[in-house]
Amino acid sequence: MDLLLDAVIFGLLLGCFYAAVSVGLTVAFGLLDVPHIAHPAFLVLGAYCTWLLNGYGLDPIVAGIVLMPAFMALGMAVYRFYYETFERRGSDAGLRGLAFFFGVVFIIEVGLILLFGVDQRLVEAAYIGKSLDIGDTRLPLRMLVAFAMALILTAGLALYLSKTFTGRAIKAVAQDETALRLMGANPVRIKQWAFGIATAVTGLAGALLIIIGPVEPTIDRVYIGRTFCVVVLAGLGSMSGTLLAGIILGISESIVLTMLGASWAPAVSFGLLLVMLGIRPQGLFGR
Amino acid sequence: MTARGYRFWIGAAIVLSAACVAAAVVKNEYYFYAAYVVIQFVVLATAWNILGGYAGYVNFGSSAFFGVGAYIAVMLIKWLNLPLGLQIIAAAAVGGTLGFGVGLLTLRLRGIFFSIATVAITIILETAVINWRFVGGATGIQILRPPVMEPFESYTKMLFVCMVLLAIIAVAIARHIETSWIGRGLRAIRDNEEAAECTGVPTLKLKLAACAISGALMSAAGAPLAMYQSFVEPASAFNLTYSVSALAMPIIGGTSHWLGPVLGALLLGSVQQIVTVTVSSELNVLVVGVLLVVFVVAAPQGLVGLFTKVKDKVKGN
Amino acid sequence: MAEPLLQITNVSKRFGGFTALDGVDLAVAPGERFGLIGPNGSGKTTLINCISGSLRNESGSIRFGGEDISALPAYQRTRRGIARSFQIPRPFSSMTVMENLMVPLEFVRHRHTLHRSDTRAEALEILGSISLADKADTPSNQLSQVELRKMELARAMAARPRLLISDEAMAGLSGAEIDEVLAILFKLNDSGITIIMIEHIMQAVMRFSQRVVCLDAGKIICEGAPGAIITNANVQRAYLGN
Repeated sequence: MDLLLDAVIFGLLLGCFYAAVSVGLTVAFGLLDVPHIAHPAFLVLGAYCTWLLNGYGLDPIVAGIVLMPAFMALGMAVYRFYYETFERRGSDAGLRGLAFFFGVVFIIEVGLILLFGVDQRLVEAAYIGKSLDIGDTRLPLRMLVAFAMALILTAGLALYLSKTFTGRAIKAVAQDETALRLMGANPVRIKQWAFGIATAVTGLAGALLIIIGPVEPTIDRVYIGRTFCVVVLAGLGSMSGTLLAGIILGISESIVLTMLGASWAPAVSFGLLLVMLGIRPQGLFGR
Repeated sequence: MTARGYRFWIGAAIVLSAACVAAAVVKNEYYFYAAYVVIQFVVLATAWNILGGYAGYVNFGSSAFFGVGAYIAVMLIKWLNLPLGLQIIAAAAVGGTLGFGVGLLTLRLRGIFFSIATVAITIILETAVINWRFVGGATGIQILRPPVMEPFESYTKMLFVCMVLLAIIAVAIARHIETSWIGRGLRAIRDNEEAAECTGVPTLKLKLAACAISGALMSAAGAPLAMYQSFVEPASAFNLTYSVSALAMPIIGGTSHWLGPVLGALLLGSVQQIVTVTVSSELNVLVVGVLLVVFVVAAPQGLVGLFTKVKDKVKGN
Repeated sequence: MAEPLLQITNVSKRFGGFTALDGVDLAVAPGERFGLIGPNGSGKTTLINCISGSLRNESGSIRFGGEDISALPAYQRTRRGIARSFQIPRPFSSMTVMENLMVPLEFVRHRHTLHRSDTRAEALEILGSISLADKADTPSNQLSQVELRKMELARAMAARPRLLISDEAMAGLSGAEIDEVLAILFKLNDSGITIIMIEHIMQAVMRFSQRVVCLDAGKIICEGAPGAIITNANVQRAYLGN
């Protein structure tokens, strides 16, 4: 029973982290409808950039924040390119856009392998390696730091989307592009900005990724399952749903990990995703 | 049969005889070892194109079907010691069923959900195999090749000819679909699914059929892997690099004509073999990724499209 | 009225919290020219999507030729004789005009006798009847707006429908082009096809229809001969606001 309780607590921490690595996709795929299968690869890219900066002695979280403007620019460039080459031309955009992002996944993966090799990479910080004991439960400090940052990140993005003018415009563009155009806003520029924000957030989430554990270039593949599972579970585009869905996934994975062992863990997110697509593709919290 | 039909089958007969003659004449085993992989990609790319190219549903999980084929063969060897032909047929049956199942689950949804579901299937199956001791778990399993059958002098040569035959079957099926009413229905789906449904096309049935046929061919292509390598492990049999190749080759070759995936697979497959031997296997994945992105952006009709453009220009002048 | 070809009884459709159709009753007689009007967002397109099967109605029933078709997928309805054009044309853009027509010819009309039918000749005949035969081998993504509209009608005709739903087939066309499309629709009706016309161009719909129904906010607000509709106070209120 204690084991199960530990698993649930650990799963809660992990779940908030999963929400943080997925919010970028909630915006990019859930709101903007971009088939961004390369999102997890961007996440790993963020983790590697953090690792590089950490090599110069920068704290990984500071590194993640430092990365955000660069990732923002990267995201805006990627969206612009995607829009010009695929979205604007219509008809075949779905097929080609998907193939494009799938190609990008492998370019990033192999690029990282060629530059840094296939070895696992770690970051160093004061809070990594220590843990906090509460009763019999031992909580690694790195998980707690990632948990806190994940909450701040997710809440911050949710506030941005609901409280600011641009944020509300981003939500509006997801619902009715024509209405937005009538109001005098340029939907393409808003989407470009939104994709930039999503990518910036993903950069910081990449820092969290390497804080909670070692990272290697092809780790993005399991995160395809985790991030898409969270976004679909949440009901495309819902921020509060993303947090809840992340927690559901985190706890499920943690329980499976405790009961069946680590080798089954990757199947949890993909299995949950598949079940959701089969029975309720509009998500748990969607209409 | 039309004149084109005769020409196709004569061409197929020539290819098959050439493969047999080469197997009898050429001594260096390595050529067959490499050619096998290239021809295997002809099957995978052609199979991918039936759903992806004609109907516009992007399968990211070719490796799932491929891996299932390989492991069905492993199971049949371990349990019943069945011969290669039966392994391939059984693999095709299971692959077809898997395709039908995945299709039933997600082909009602928008294209991207189908794509993500196929990645999910890959990882789930890989995880299941990793946890299955009987077929060797994560460490893989060694397979003893039975003695080679007459008239072949080596097992690799036999597998090579077998794969050529499989490729001919796959291309013939794809070609038949493409030139018949089925292909027209699939193209209508890709162009506009709602309009297709409203002009009498049973869209779900056609998509399911395409998905099942495509899955069956992919699994058939994976079945001889056990014998080819004498060793199968989940990390390589289910590797996503099969998926990206199976998708890149038709897109590079051109998705609208059956020749596209064949061309793409022959070209890219050969380049991959050369790069893997001379540089590294990582670089060959990079080549695939970069070419995929370049073609999807700059030449969406692929090589076949470029050829027809050039031909039209020459005619025009 | 004789036994109606299309009988819609108490059909409703909701999207989330939004009621698009609210208990619509409608009957269309065989051979009738029927006009459907209403302001934007009044539920016209939702209604014909429910008839053609692109959407499923939540309550009520839709009967066609005496058979309840509410549960049938769209392609089955097309095979039973309901064809449509789209508000924004939806050609199969990778195909030529001829191939666009081959789709319904192969999947509806000749699906049992494909091997002994000359579908090309038949497609050419249909194209000839609306003077589009010279465009047969043109890729459909190179057509002009009016040609696209005509091709959609030809494609619908190739399914040999008993009921044709024309969804704003005249939007964006010039006066002469509107006359051309209207002439095609009259000719189709002469050959016995029932036609439902949805149209914003009042002059066209009033000239064409024998009977007109006006939808507003998912409900039928009035029904009658074109002359009576145009002077109806409810209709004027719906279009112009209070």
